[in-house]
Amino acid sequence: MSQGNALTLSGLKKNFGRAEIIRGVDLDVRDGERHVIIGPNGAGKSTLFNLISGRMEVSAGEIKLFGKPIHNTPPHKVNRMGLSRSFQVTNLFQNMTTMQNLRCALLWGMGHKYAFWKLVNKQQEVTERAEQLMEQLNLTHRRDVPAGLLTYAEQRALEIGTTIGSGARVLLLDEPTAGMSRSESDEVVELIRQVTKDCTLVMVEHDLGVVFNLADRISVLVYGEIIATDAPENIRSNKAVQEAYLGTEVH
Amino acid sequence: MSTVQQETLAGSKSAGNIWVKRAWPWLACLVIALLAPTVLSSGHDIHMLSSMAIMMVFALAYNMLLGNTGLLSFGHAVYFGFGAYIAMHALRWSNNAVLDGTGYGVPIELIPLVGGLAGLFFGIIFGSFSTKKAGVVFAMISLGVVGLVEASSLAFTGFFGGEAGLFGDREDVNSLLGIEYGRSLTVYYLMVFWLFVCALLMFLLRKTPLGWMANAVRDNPERAQFVGYNTTTVRFMQFSLSAFFAGVAGGMFVLVEEIVTDEAIGFLLSGEVLLAAYIGGIGFFFGPIVGAALVVYLESNLSSISDAWLLYFGILFITVVMFAPMGIVGIIYQQWFNFRSGGWKGTIPARLYCTVTALIGLLGFICIVEMAYHYLRSWNPSAPMTLFVTTVDTTTALPWLVSVAILLVGLGLMLFHARPMLRRAVEAAGGNK
Amino acid sequence: MLETITYSLLNGLLYGMLLFMLSSGLTLIFGMMGVLNFAHASFYMLGAYFAYTLGMYTGFWVALFLAPILVGALGAMTERWGLRHVHQHGHVPELLFTFGLAYVIEELVRLFYGTLPMNYRMPEGLDFTLFTVFGTSYPAFRAFILVVAVVMFVGLYLLLKKTRAGLIIQGSLSRPDIVAALGHNVPQVFMWVFAFGTALAALGGVVGGIHFVTEPGMAFMMGPIVFVVVVLGGLGSIPGALIASMIIGILQTFTLSVDFSIAHVGAWFGYAVPPDHLFATLWYLDSTRIAPVLPFLILVLTLIFRPRGIMGKREA
Repeated sequence: MSQGNALTLSGLKKNFGRAEIIRGVDLDVRDGERHVIIGPNGAGKSTLFNLISGRMEVSAGEIKLFGKPIHNTPPHKVNRMGLSRSFQVTNLFQNMTTMQNLRCALLWGMGHKYAFWKLVNKQQEVTERAEQLMEQLNLTHRRDVPAGLLTYAEQRALEIGTTIGSGARVLLLDEPTAGMSRSESDEVVELIRQVTKDCTLVMVEHDLGVVFNLADRISVLVYGEIIATDAPENIRSNKAVQEAYLGTEVH
Repeated sequence: MSTVQQETLAGSKSAGNIWVKRAWPWLACLVIALLAPTVLSSGHDIHMLSSMAIMMVFALAYNMLLGNTGLLSFGHAVYFGFGAYIAMHALRWSNNAVLDGTGYGVPIELIPLVGGLAGLFFGIIFGSFSTKKAGVVFAMISLGVVGLVEASSLAFTGFFGGEAGLFGDREDVNSLLGIEYGRSLTVYYLMVFWLFVCALLMFLLRKTPLGWMANAVRDNPERAQFVGYNTTTVRFMQFSLSAFFAGVAGGMFVLVEEIVTDEAIGFLLSGEVLLAAYIGGIGFFFGPIVGAALVVYLESNLSSISDAWLLYFGILFITVVMFAPMGIVGIIYQQWFNFRSGGWKGTIPARLYCTVTALIGLLGFICIVEMAYHYLRSWNPSAPMTLFVTTVDTTTALPWLVSVAILLVGLGLMLFHARPMLRRAVEAAGGNK
Repeated sequence: MLETITYSLLNGLLYGMLLFMLSSGLTLIFGMMGVLNFAHASFYMLGAYFAYTLGMYTGFWVALFLAPILVGALGAMTERWGLRHVHQHGHVPELLFTFGLAYVIEELVRLFYGTLPMNYRMPEGLDFTLFTVFGTSYPAFRAFILVVAVVMFVGLYLLLKKTRAGLIIQGSLSRPDIVAALGHNVPQVFMWVFAFGTALAALGGVVGGIHFVTEPGMAFMMGPIVFVVVVLGGLGSIPGALIASMIIGILQTFTLSVDFSIAHVGAWFGYAVPPDHLFATLWYLDSTRIAPVLPFLILVLTLIFRPRGIMGKREA
């Protein structure tokens, strides 16, 4: 474990019954980089995210966040240690407005915890931070619209906003552009670039255009194993990767 | 969630105006509560009003669980009951202190607070293991806990007073304000005081970080975890605070009734508060208040022959569950919102027609139920029975035929004529339902 | 001592069997539909009352079959016009619906039959002493209840294991979603299962109403206990329900018939807590007073430490 690593996975395994989904993953994510994980369907990308974020328990191996072990820690504790995630399927508080969703995401990080002696609306700095976030997400005009009534692209943007709201230093984004048109997806990529300036970003993505545009480094996950981790241009020319995954898509 | 927050936008406008806008429902309720005894002035009525105040606090406390946190409890009377018993012990201890002249005791005004602390104490104990999971597991544990406590109440006679219960005397206690609480009207005003304190606190609780996260945990526990909140802790804290207010209601109960029996701690009261909160509308702060007023009103005015109120209330509850899950206040709010946004334009006759036919059907139904109770349950079924404005003999066929006819005509018209008509009218007016 | 034990064991077995008749239907309904039917014991009560009324015209033996069929039909209607309607809103409204239904059924029973116990008696053909143990006679009717319960268990077992309908039900006990995927008309299967489950409860009521007492409070007496049995046995498991019924039945009967308290244990070691001690109430607490507490204690402990019960596959 070197000093410059935000996230370290070593010997990570996960099996459901006899089916091994993650078969010994070793991965170092450097502090401050934008790291994208690609791989064919069923390679275990989402499972990997679920293990890192504490949604699932690991079968073997270790996960360290800035040197501290976080595997088999409940999600809320992982979140408090500075790692936050978004979901592939939009996962918001559907009945709450944009503003309320953002405030909920900010509350813990800004130290309000389980307080029942102060009013949320009186917390000026929470409101200001939420408004600032809303500005970045281009959602100011949708401030009082329930999340369930936002358009798909807006929901995805809010999902990212909720994820960064807690002030985490490491962000996991699970297919943030899934199901979007080209122009929508470009906007989201721009947004991600902006809001994750000071963070470490780990992202699962299918759209290779987005991947090569955004990534500092890329890891390729195939059948539960990482077959290569390198800079985008090296990945492009990597024989093993081309055979296993890119072969048909990159000419 | 109807707590759309406009405050920061409105902050620049005149603050006084906003204050009046927010406070008027509270002030209106306070005026109604203070003036109610001038209209409902008999001893029976004032007792009913006091019971309403108690039930309102209890139902609001219950809704902190069901409505705000999504926890369905079948045993919330446990905390009401422990509040009542401990408050009763405090009252008896104070009685002794005053009669012996050995001490001051707990002043009567603070007895409900004693109940609240007892509720909080037991809420923390039982909540510590029952809030680990939500959903059906929580509901079943609450059922187990109330069974456990109700059965124990007959085993530990020292604390619970056995089947006879425990007595106390609200006149032999010191008062902070030097007031004699012998008259039930004086006690009623004390109840109103506690009702408003508790209601205001519970209203504000919904707007705190904890209250927000309770909603968040109810709607999407997973997301709540991923913004850093331990869902179990949120549920546990809401549960404990809810138990506190349930205990306050128990303490209020002691001052009004001056007796506590195992009825205050068991299944029956737990079910009653669930019905009250749900019928009123669990999605609205005022829902449980309306539901509680209704249940107490029916209970104290329909129970002369039998427990007919339970039948009406059970049917009302099923109707609400099946057709109007937002409850009475939800329906009113929806219609009011509709009216304000112009949805009533051009459909008012159809709406009136629909309401009138529904009421006619309801009238027929009530006639049948009332006559059935008279025919099947009174000592002398052939004795003349007063039904609304007429007097009928339930052993003859005529009143039955007429009642059934009223029911069928009302219901039939509503279902097959008025409702389609309303639907057409709404569509004609622009599809704004 | 042996006398008490034998007799309690026999009575416990009987009580357990009665509990099983109720809980098998409830666990079936839950396993299949995910509905915790609060009104289940109300259908048990209806079984007793219907059998009493019918019995006056047709005699006990016809009523034994007719009453469960009638109650089953009521159950089918409840599912068709009630539960199915609220099903779309999720499990909590379903729970609330059956909760309200329990109130309404009890109140209707009060309305039609009054609050006093019914004069519902066993048929004369079964009114004799089967055998005598330690000078206490064992009535034939109790043996008859055992026979009914055993026949029911065997019938249920064969139905579930050997018939096509049973296979569908069994499959959906573990994976309700698959049944729909296989093209079965799930709402109709639900209706039949609900009808069948309530009919089983009613059968329990026909014999239980005679053994205990037929009065409006009988549903409320049994309701919570049946929940305990179903949770302890494991939601959706028939064999689990049988084992749990026996455990609860025998435990309840023993604590009621054996006069025992911690003070007895203390006495063996020559120790006693003074009567005015803080824990004296607990120390001298008679087991007959603990008996009603036990099932609920078991319920809470099961849900905390083993939410899937003895034999259940899924957690509650």
